Amino acid sequence: MTFVRPGVLCAALAAAFPAAASAATDADLKQLREQLRELRQSYEQRIQALEQRLAETEQQASRAAATAAEAGTTASAVARSVVQVESRAAEAQAAADSVARRPTGESAFNPAVSLILDSKFTRLQRDPSSYRIDGFMPSGGEVGPPRKGFSLGESELAFSANVDHLFRGNARFSLAEDDGQGTVEVEEVNVETLAMPAGLKLKAGRFLSGVGYLNQQHPHEWDFTDAPLAYKAFFGPRLQNDGLQLRWVAPTELFMEFGAEVASGERFPGAERKANGAGLWTAFAHAGGDIGDSSAWRVGLSHVHSNPRERSFEDNGVTNAFSGRSQTWIADFVYKWAPNGNSSVTNFKLQGEYFQRRETGELTYDTDGAAALSAVRFRPSGGYLQAIYQFMPQWRVGVRGDWLRSGTTDLGTLNAGDLPILAGYDPRRQSAMVDWSPSEFSRLRLQVARDQSRNGEADNQVWLQYIMSLGAHGAHKF
Amino acid sequence: MFSKAILRLAVVLMVIAAMPASAALNVFATVPEWAALAREIGGDKVNVFAATNALQDPHRIEAKPSLIARARSTQLVIATGAELEVGWLPVVLREAGNASIQPGQAGYFEAASAVRLLEVPARLDRADGDVHPGGNPHIQTDPRNLLKVADALTVRLTQLDPANAAAYKAGLARFSERWKAALVRWEQAAVPLRGVPVWVQHRSFPYLADWLGLKELGALEPKPGVEPSSAHLAGILERQKATPARLILRAAYARPTASEWLGERAHVPVVVLPFTVGGDAEAGDLFGLFDDTLRRLLAALK
Repeated sequence: MTFVRPGVLCAALAAAFPAAASAATDADLKQLREQLRELRQSYEQRIQALEQRLAETEQQASRAAATAAEAGTTASAVARSVVQVESRAAEAQAAADSVARRPTGESAFNPAVSLILDSKFTRLQRDPSSYRIDGFMPSGGEVGPPRKGFSLGESELAFSANVDHLFRGNARFSLAEDDGQGTVEVEEVNVETLAMPAGLKLKAGRFLSGVGYLNQQHPHEWDFTDAPLAYKAFFGPRLQNDGLQLRWVAPTELFMEFGAEVASGERFPGAERKANGAGLWTAFAHAGGDIGDSSAWRVGLSHVHSNPRERSFEDNGVTNAFSGRSQTWIADFVYKWAPNGNSSVTNFKLQGEYFQRRETGELTYDTDGAAALSAVRFRPSGGYLQAIYQFMPQWRVGVRGDWLRSGTTDLGTLNAGDLPILAGYDPRRQSAMVDWSPSEFSRLRLQVARDQSRNGEADNQVWLQYIMSLGAHGAHKF
Repeated sequence: MFSKAILRLAVVLMVIAAMPASAALNVFATVPEWAALAREIGGDKVNVFAATNALQDPHRIEAKPSLIARARSTQLVIATGAELEVGWLPVVLREAGNASIQPGQAGYFEAASAVRLLEVPARLDRADGDVHPGGNPHIQTDPRNLLKVADALTVRLTQLDPANAAAYKAGLARFSERWKAALVRWEQAAVPLRGVPVWVQHRSFPYLADWLGLKELGALEPKPGVEPSSAHLAGILERQKATPARLILRAAYARPTASEWLGERAHVPVVVLPFTVGGDAEAGDLFGLFDDTLRRLLAALK
């Protein structure tokens, strides 16, 4: 292939039609010069006129006190015209600038990309691979602390952009390493509508459910290194849906939002499904507002319903499975305070959530062997309460209390001794943290915790963590 | 039972929503200066809500539920733009479920689009602190910018509410007339400020400096949005000895520590400027804002 450089091409063309080219250029140049001259003349005239008026005014002012008032008006008129001329010139400049700044090329439409680096160093008393929450049916999710010592943690890679005038797309992947194998997990891939009428919004794909308060926040937004025990036990450690979400914001001064979701329900508290249709439904309502300039609040009530079929879990080396109906209620609140609403120096946040679950159905003990079956009933509950205080710019301290109750457990005809993890126990945990954020994009955190998730085995934990965000960093939710 | 209750509540709310709203155009201004400007032009034809007040750091606002609720039923959002509201407004707009106020729609107006921005960074790197890629967004400190924004805003108001076009035109004419007269007054009064060297706490005042001819020696913040360390302030104190500034400027919302420290040691008056409408008792409206700004600057110079 041969390339002809445009300069060479122009030269060749100019050589081929010298007369025409020069004639056109001459004519253009002449015209341009003419215009320039006219412009210059008109501006000179205007400036001269202004100067003349200014001079006249000065003369008048110096002549007599009687004409001083008149002179004042003329002077302000002059100043006013000067302001106008200035503003016109600036406008022309702004227009020229915006033309010059206009981005070009395909990359101008690239989605916003953000990368979150999140690494941890832990000092644990107990082996994290034996982590369990006693008194609760295991969720199968990643709920334990990371390995002892240094660990890579999870890096989040997120993309988002408006697809067109109707849709916005979001994708978020988490990159981690599991036993030396690199893993990519799809955290969120969804589209949401931009132009639904009447305050409605529809989201489709994989998304973090709108139930509760913390569920929609990504790990880098958490105020502690790990999720509250209640989230670990009830959602292992959060409710992630593949499905549809519809939300509606009421047109009132008090913030009111209602939402409902239908989802595949393949994850805890649902189970893998082979059937058509949906396996998990949620409904939630949130309300919020301000108290004066300094305080803001939000409360919520949510419900999650699913019908898991053969949700299996391992206990003491034996595989068991639960089939039935699972219903979860969540009540949540958050209260934020900052003097005059200015959170840059000091601010305070109090948040808490309460979970209650009712599960009724059948439990099969040892699905691969004895396969003993019985009607069962569980009523666990739990919650957490946490307070965060920024006592000076960049520095925050926080405490968190977690509690869980295995509640009334009815195992029917099954032998309670065969299912040790379901034995009645109320796990507890206390955590405290201090973090330092030199900017909005970086955070270093020290957290200590006393975790009594395992019956009779307290685990004293020390965590060190950094969270760094690179690239486009979207605004956080309240 | 729960879902039934929600359904009933939803029906009640739908009925409320369907009722005719008040005739005035609902305007959501991100900062107090645009709220004040919308009131000057719109008068009783607009119903204006200011999302923040003058004592809040405009860079650190949260997407509060109350803001989402207000954005839901607003017809026009007036933002500063130039990424000033990047930390909260995108979430509020997305969560509000109001298609007419999304960026690109007539119901979304950016004041910065009407003026020429200063301090457009030549390179973009977060190591340079909290830089705004489009330029410095604190455009309201130059009153000449207000005229340009007022013109553009009136066009937008007329577009959204053609029935009241005459009222907006008259409002603009009234405002422009008074504003231009005030400009002359301010510029005459501000003559002594020309060429006065100043330190600023944050780069909040390039437009004010540009208008009045103040000579900005630099900011106390080592990088935008980064609190100055004592070592950094000591360095500024050294520079102050070589090239002395006569004033230290700080916005009403800013933390006093650094400027007070320097002012005390360098024996330079610290001037707390209202920065926007409501920044102090005298800055009750846009005229008061500049009357008071000049009064404070001139008083400190004496």
